[in-house]
Amino acid sequence: MTVLDHRNQPAEADTVPGWRPGATAPRTDPAPLLPDAEPHRVLGTPAADAADPELLRELYRRLVAGRRYNQQATTLTKQGRLAVYPASTGQEGCQVAAALALRPQDWLFPSYRDTLAVVARGVDPLQALTLLRGDAHTGYDPRATRTAPLCTPLATQVPHAVGLAHAARLAGDDTVALALLGDGGTSEGDFHEGLNFAAVLHAPVVFLVQNNGYAISVPLTRQSAAPTLAHKAVGYGMPGRLVDGNDALAVHQVLTEAVERARSGGGPTLVEALTYRIEAHTNADDATRYRQAEEVEAWQQHDPVRLLEDALRGRGLLDEQLVAGAAEQAEQLAARMRAEFHADPEPDPMSLFAHVYAEPTQQLREQADRLAAELAAEAEVQGR
Amino acid sequence: MSTVVREQHGLRTGTMAQALNLALRDAMHADKTVHVLGEDVGALGGVFRITDGLTAEFGSDRCLDTPLAEAGILGTAVGMAMYGLRPVVEMQFDAFAYPAMEQLFSHVAKMRNRTAGKLPLPITVRIPYGGGIGGVEHHSDASEAYYAHTPGLHVVTPGTVADAYGLLREAIASDDPVVFLEPKRLYWGKAEWDPAAAVAPIGKAVLRRPGTSAVLVTYGPSLPVCLEAAEAAKAEGWDLAVLDLRSLVPFDEATACEVVRSLGRAVVVHEAAGFGGAGAEIAARLTEKCFHHLAAPVLRVTGFDIPYPPPMLEHHHLPGVDRILDAVARLQWEE
Repeated sequence: MTVLDHRNQPAEADTVPGWRPGATAPRTDPAPLLPDAEPHRVLGTPAADAADPELLRELYRRLVAGRRYNQQATTLTKQGRLAVYPASTGQEGCQVAAALALRPQDWLFPSYRDTLAVVARGVDPLQALTLLRGDAHTGYDPRATRTAPLCTPLATQVPHAVGLAHAARLAGDDTVALALLGDGGTSEGDFHEGLNFAAVLHAPVVFLVQNNGYAISVPLTRQSAAPTLAHKAVGYGMPGRLVDGNDALAVHQVLTEAVERARSGGGPTLVEALTYRIEAHTNADDATRYRQAEEVEAWQQHDPVRLLEDALRGRGLLDEQLVAGAAEQAEQLAARMRAEFHADPEPDPMSLFAHVYAEPTQQLREQADRLAAELAAEAEVQGR
Repeated sequence: MSTVVREQHGLRTGTMAQALNLALRDAMHADKTVHVLGEDVGALGGVFRITDGLTAEFGSDRCLDTPLAEAGILGTAVGMAMYGLRPVVEMQFDAFAYPAMEQLFSHVAKMRNRTAGKLPLPITVRIPYGGGIGGVEHHSDASEAYYAHTPGLHVVTPGTVADAYGLLREAIASDDPVVFLEPKRLYWGKAEWDPAAAVAPIGKAVLRRPGTSAVLVTYGPSLPVCLEAAEAAKAEGWDLAVLDLRSLVPFDEATACEVVRSLGRAVVVHEAAGFGGAGAEIAARLTEKCFHHLAAPVLRVTGFDIPYPPPMLEHHHLPGVDRILDAVARLQWEE
């Protein structure tokens, strides 16, 4: 028997005869796949009292540092030190909680806004920014932390996550892949193809859509007519879950559940996290052209850091030591970013030819020689 | 590049389709990480039967029938390759590969480069390609220039049965992504060949016919046409050499230049549209490198710059013997 000889177990058999392809096979009941009517919330509810205090503290420290990271990186773009930065301010809870739901053997497939998730996987915070600084396409070794390169085209990383999860399952490994994407990405063909493959292959993969309301300037109502993005799961034959993306504990719970379900052979899950991008799409965008200040202010009242602070305070866990320690860590990170990015990077020009093919072609060797000669001539002129 | 283990099958007579099928089987036997995936590659054995029997022999995990979605097929292969497998993807027809272009261009071609060598993608993308079989729209495109223009991809196409086997084995063993273009109209041509015999590696051009007057530079589906033209040209006093490039990327400039310099006259032949085509690149390169050895401009014989025509008209579009001989006559260059 092969790994792929599996069948999703339908909730009940279809006893109604009638014409349809495969009419003898039982029809799958969509009801168990449907997302809840309201997004899953934990913070501010009695359920939060059961949460592990150390997990809450860890989420808090990482959210505070992540908020500062976003601020500092945005400042660096204004100083011309980063080429561009798509801030995840307001979405820190999604990213940190999602990454913390993974185990070391799992793989993360981030999109360009997911630097905080990448950092939470253990990638050096500055190496996570080299793409956006402009000195390397990927500044980290993806294998070291099992974190794929930040993906710029929308949703194209989704089938990658499926393929990796599929291969891991064939190998008999208990590895799960988590793909992150935004609401805009759900309109892309690769999102559809990836989810369809995942369900058909029964791959151990989880998809987290961070629905922050806008694909650059286009609001969700112009992006999708689905009841929720989580409902899309049903059409592929996988469960859809809806979660408050600013409730870091809820995201962590839903993701942990989905990841462990995938790990134990339960197949893929689509999770939609409702959140909001407080800043513009990137520093190059003017968000005042397409959304109202009142809307931003309303979401600022539902801030992921404040929600977590309130919960910690409610349980007497927000002591002076935690607050000061988290703030200190965040400031140290910001200081390191300022120091590191103050100097202009000096990437080696000859690295242009280093990794195009396993063996460079004759043409590339000639072009490398030409560049080396140009650099030598330049050095000679400067040396005079 | 990993070493290709050639099984001992002995001399045999077979078609290119059979040679490709054997190459897949042998590659899957030799290396457990080789996985085939695509639409209809399982029970059907592919619409051209290139994957015939693979699922029966290796199971549906190793030869996987996928949903019908080319970007999904290739994107899934990317993730499989990231986890250590060697996926061999089948795109059913040349023009059906276009939905997967973003995966190919944005990820497959670039992953090694953007990760500084940490995530090489040893993916083979098999694409039945080209015209001449009476296919209707979307079944006959010659798309090699798109792939050859994208750094990071190898682009190869066999013109003989023996090469089909050898090149595909090399492509699957390559640590770089290879776009493997299979000339559909050569699928059913029979030849005697020995799978155990070594063939030239990817990136090496082969002189299929020596000559003294001029050289026809070609590849894939146009190779037999050029060999036929060279035979016909004898009656007109031309002794034509035929150079089979086999690989557009890497391009074997050394061999091509050596032949062109020694003969001084060259015609590049392919069936894809001429404008911005592979022939334009080859002719420009040969002119730059061999200018003082040329007795005439490097000429091109290509398909017209039109969308691939309906089957009833394709013989007007595809370069045939007469059009090649006409170009050869124009090599008798006079100022």
